[in-house]
Amino acid sequence: MGRLLRQHEFYVAVILVGFSLLVGLVNPAFFSLWNLFALLKSSAVIGIFSLGLLLVLISGEIDISFPAIGVVALYLTNLFFSGIDYEGTVLLPFLMAAGIGVLLGSINAFVIARFQLPTLIVSLGTLSAFQGFILTFVDTRIINRLSDPMIDYSRSKALSFGGEGGPVYSIHTSVLVFLLLAVVTWILLRYTTLGRGVYALGGDRQATRRAGFRIWKIETFIYLYVGFLAGIAGLIHSAHVRSGNPFDLVGTELNVLAAVVLGGARIGGGRGTVLGTVLGVLLITVMNNSLILLGIPSYWQRFVTGMVLIVAVVLPQVRHLRSPQPA
Amino acid sequence: MSEPAPRKPLLRRILTADDNLNRLILVSVAIFAAMVALNPDSFLTLRNFVSMSYSFPELGLLALGLALCMITGGIDLSVVGIANLTSVLAALLMVSLLGPDSPPAAVVPVLALAIAVALVTGVLAGWCNGMIVSRFRIHPVLVTLGTWQVFSGIAIILTKGYAVPGFPDAFLALGNGRFLGLPVPLYLFLAAAAVVALVLNRTRFGLSLFLIGTNETAARFAGIPVRSVLVRTYMSSGFLAALAGIIMIARTNQAKADYGESYILQAVLVNLLAGVRWSGGYGRVTGVLLAVVTLQMLSSGFNMMRFNNFARDFTWGVFLILIMVANHLFTERKRRRESAAATPRPAPTPNQETPSS
Repeated sequence: MGRLLRQHEFYVAVILVGFSLLVGLVNPAFFSLWNLFALLKSSAVIGIFSLGLLLVLISGEIDISFPAIGVVALYLTNLFFSGIDYEGTVLLPFLMAAGIGVLLGSINAFVIARFQLPTLIVSLGTLSAFQGFILTFVDTRIINRLSDPMIDYSRSKALSFGGEGGPVYSIHTSVLVFLLLAVVTWILLRYTTLGRGVYALGGDRQATRRAGFRIWKIETFIYLYVGFLAGIAGLIHSAHVRSGNPFDLVGTELNVLAAVVLGGARIGGGRGTVLGTVLGVLLITVMNNSLILLGIPSYWQRFVTGMVLIVAVVLPQVRHLRSPQPA
Repeated sequence: MSEPAPRKPLLRRILTADDNLNRLILVSVAIFAAMVALNPDSFLTLRNFVSMSYSFPELGLLALGLALCMITGGIDLSVVGIANLTSVLAALLMVSLLGPDSPPAAVVPVLALAIAVALVTGVLAGWCNGMIVSRFRIHPVLVTLGTWQVFSGIAIILTKGYAVPGFPDAFLALGNGRFLGLPVPLYLFLAAAAVVALVLNRTRFGLSLFLIGTNETAARFAGIPVRSVLVRTYMSSGFLAALAGIIMIARTNQAKADYGESYILQAVLVNLLAGVRWSGGYGRVTGVLLAVVTLQMLSSGFNMMRFNNFARDFTWGVFLILIMVANHLFTERKRRRESAAATPRPAPTPNQETPSS
């Protein structure tokens, strides 16, 4: 029990349950299965983005270019597959989106790892360069007709029950994809040398080098992986909204950052877990989607996101500064 | 014997400073020449220069505030949020207290009140940033990303997302007026730049900014009140952002809660171009001035070539990264040259062939 109380994840879970109870008390519609499953579905995109950002934060940096990678991937992929009236497995579009993500990730990786530049500033540049690239050289129009496999995907379910005269409840496939990627990331961070290297890098750069890690290899891997995840998340987003909008996603980076930080990843690196991140994502999703259920107008959203982010970074720091430190 | 040894690094440091500026001058001359060559009829006109000097003061003020924070090794990403919040407050005050036919006698005190409220709010917003950064020792990037959302969020709540238009002519003069042939915003910007330069180079406060940026621990041991200096730095940044906000709405005659979000990228770009070191400890107002003008030339030139805003965003992004890479390569080369000079190779003596290994 004592060990549980010391875990950051425990507090996030408590806040998540507490907040959900609060929303449920004000508006019982919150606890309908329909609403809960819809929340899970809408957490998938932020969730997949956040897994990538988690790695970056653990390594001690901040990346904000991933939504732009997602937009480029979703736009080019949908443009291509809608253009050829593609009929086939949905895996191919996903493969293409992930590939575009990795490609753009490699630009980040090259600049950051080769020249040892701060990720935040580099990604500020690539964010605007990637989205600007699409809008300048490709198109600015929204793709309204997705290819059939994408439409099928948007209707697909991982699990459904009910029916027989009653309403049918179903969990969307995207939730499964998110879970799968979360498990992959968890294994990667916990059981591979590469994953331990990410933690080491965030803990102490110099010591990591002396321990025999190749820092540029770790950094390259991180940003390729971020790109990979961002490509998939972007395509899933386009399936959820059933359109390819080149203006989407950019602007969500703060929500994702808030989710990862809420989940206990420390800025400055060295700490963060997949479980905490998943809980943080759920908390942010519940908060963002429940404002309306609580009767708060939607234009409060930005203010709430900012306050949540600040509280999420200040609270652990207060505990950290108050706790007795070894001299 | 021991006299010249400590002097050399100082001399070299001064040379380094000039190096940075020299490079910047070269870049701006190159861009100027390119823009003239690409727009032979329209770029070298008085009209173009007047219109340029109306539009860069806003960005310049934001960049100056950011420069102060970057010199301490921090950053203030919330400047656009502060500018929007303060300008929305000023706009709401003016619109609600003044009708279309208010007597001029009523206009002046309301304008003074609106401007004062905006500036005070800006300073308060900066105080919030500074307190969170210095008391809780949280990375300024995170703090100001969060407060950016909060400040913009308050502005959105106040306006419900709508624009607040229609200000008295006397106020619009702050953005569109001319004095002795030059735009009023230009005077405001130059005055602010002069004050910032004076503070940075001639005061104890300015010196402590550089010391904190170079080595915070050393600065603390040298007796500098780091916390209060940091708080005052972010307050100054808030003040400059509020001033930028006032000019923004005076120029466009409307306040919007989400105006000019891309300014933050440009402000960072200006500072990097100006040679302000992102890890702190170095930065010059002259550089910021030059960089703002350079960026404005690029932007105006693009407009003349009928590039759209998206192309501009793309170029900004690429430009930002190229500058970072170039700066890195320059400092790398210098460091290598310096370390080679600092440890002169021992004179080759016949009996000391392989000193290493």
